[in-house]
Amino acid sequence: MILIGERINGMFLDVKNAIAEKNEKVVQDLAIKQTNAGASYLDINVGTAAADQEGTMQWLIETIQKVCQTPLSLDSQKPAVIAAGIKVLNGENGGILNSTPLNKKSDEEVLDKYLDMADQAGPKVGVIALTMDKNGVPQDTDTRVAIAAEIVQKAMERGFDTQRLFIDPIVLPVKVPNAQAQPGNILAAMEQIRYLSEPAPHMTIGLSNLSQGTNERSLINRIFLAMAISRGLDSAIVEVFDEQLMNVVATSEMLMNRQIYSDSFLKVY
Amino acid sequence: MPVPEIAQSFVGSVNRVTLGALPENGGTRTSTITIGGAKNVVYAGSFSDAGEKPVVAMDVLDTAPLDWPDELAKVYKDLWESPEQWAAKCVEEYGADMICLKFDGIHPDKGDKSPADAVKTTQDVLKTVGVPLVLWGCGNNDKDNKVMPEVSQAAKGENCLIGTVEEDNYKSLTAIALADNHHLITGAPLDINIAKQINILVSDMGFPTEKIVTFQSTGALGYGIEYAYSIGERQRLATLSGDKMMSMPVICDVGYESWRVKEAKLNDIPSWGDPADRGPMWEATTAICLLQAGADIIRMRHPRAVAMVKNYIDQIWQ
Repeated sequence: MILIGERINGMFLDVKNAIAEKNEKVVQDLAIKQTNAGASYLDINVGTAAADQEGTMQWLIETIQKVCQTPLSLDSQKPAVIAAGIKVLNGENGGILNSTPLNKKSDEEVLDKYLDMADQAGPKVGVIALTMDKNGVPQDTDTRVAIAAEIVQKAMERGFDTQRLFIDPIVLPVKVPNAQAQPGNILAAMEQIRYLSEPAPHMTIGLSNLSQGTNERSLINRIFLAMAISRGLDSAIVEVFDEQLMNVVATSEMLMNRQIYSDSFLKVY
Repeated sequence: MPVPEIAQSFVGSVNRVTLGALPENGGTRTSTITIGGAKNVVYAGSFSDAGEKPVVAMDVLDTAPLDWPDELAKVYKDLWESPEQWAAKCVEEYGADMICLKFDGIHPDKGDKSPADAVKTTQDVLKTVGVPLVLWGCGNNDKDNKVMPEVSQAAKGENCLIGTVEEDNYKSLTAIALADNHHLITGAPLDINIAKQINILVSDMGFPTEKIVTFQSTGALGYGIEYAYSIGERQRLATLSGDKMMSMPVICDVGYESWRVKEAKLNDIPSWGDPADRGPMWEATTAICLLQAGADIIRMRHPRAVAMVKNYIDQIWQ
């Protein structure tokens, strides 16, 4: 399971303050602790913490790379912020550009831009592409799959290895009115997305979004993660410090025969 | 329409492990051995995916063997009283990449030799040959726990491969191997779940997974080789999928297993062919089969079998 640690995000108060004060240690500690907790990538999101998003993205990357070799996931919807990031990114160990829709009303070529930037950043750098287009986030299964198919096709046409491609079917908060059908639709879409190419593209989700505003956040996250892993999910942006969640990952992977059983199988992450 | 590229690429690879320490690294070895590094199953992918060449570790016992068949006795019996001369012959004449010093003689039923005896044998062999050593206990937990820590200390700095540790007996040897900077063999009884468990237990003690070589137990041709083969295969596939607790190189004990089967050792059955050929062939065939499952170190005995296997390795791992 490719776990992307979510904690270095300007939406969290400690990170927001660290960015404001240019406090390297807070950021570096989070990088190392998430790595030790099992993160394969570290997500970096400037959030709303700074006016200069491009400079802040670069500062975060450079600060982390001083102490930690874990590949980074550069998280921004703005191509300019990603472009600034890859200028200082050490892409040798890999990395992810997170994320782009298939297209936008304001930018028909946005997916191409992200794929181009990934190629610039290095042959091991991947892209997270959302099953979303200029019409917004689809509500049904079929449109999600159709958009995913277009993304995969576009990547294959330009020789972008599908093993560098992460499809994100977009998890929405379950508490939003009329959104309760969404988790089921996402699972159904995953069943089909995994057959879009051989080898399959990775599938990832921003898990914590699902439980926004609910009273049982951790439980909802855990159960959905287990269900999604059973449908082929092989990556997720998660809180790697949530030990129970990590146990769910280890157990699901073992039950899906992706990890060999051992009596201490929970210690895998 | 272009032919699509469907070659599967994997995220994991077998850990690269270097055994033996040269003088500049604090040891007295004249050569080191590097194994592992494979990024695919055997025969698949490019030559560079195949990783390092597998190696042969020839068995030397710390005592005259009680049950070695005639074909082996013919080769070695003059050397049985002198493990260091025995080891020298294996290296100089038979091309052993490593020597596996097997402490059968410390077993309570096979001579019950003392820790001091084992230490002396270790020192003598270290002085006589320059290749890296495997130091392998007798299998009796109490005696191994008494003797092997002293053997480990006697070889401190030489970066040996020492073992085996098992699920129910791993703490003392793991601790001493860590202190003396050796590599460690984790053993399991043809059980992939236990194999993973012992690796987790050992790494929980702070022993680096990159310094482990796994021993899954070995079955000879006709006597369970298919179990050893399929476990080797399963381990390699887990390695390639990125399972860090299964990504270690593999050692097999082909010499012991193949020379205890009747097809290899019986002399008086003319219809089975000449025993001078039959035994070495049995050993070589077992070894080659397990190399295809992904073995990295093969423990062997008969020089003719060793020659066949080394020739095979040289042809396949170019």
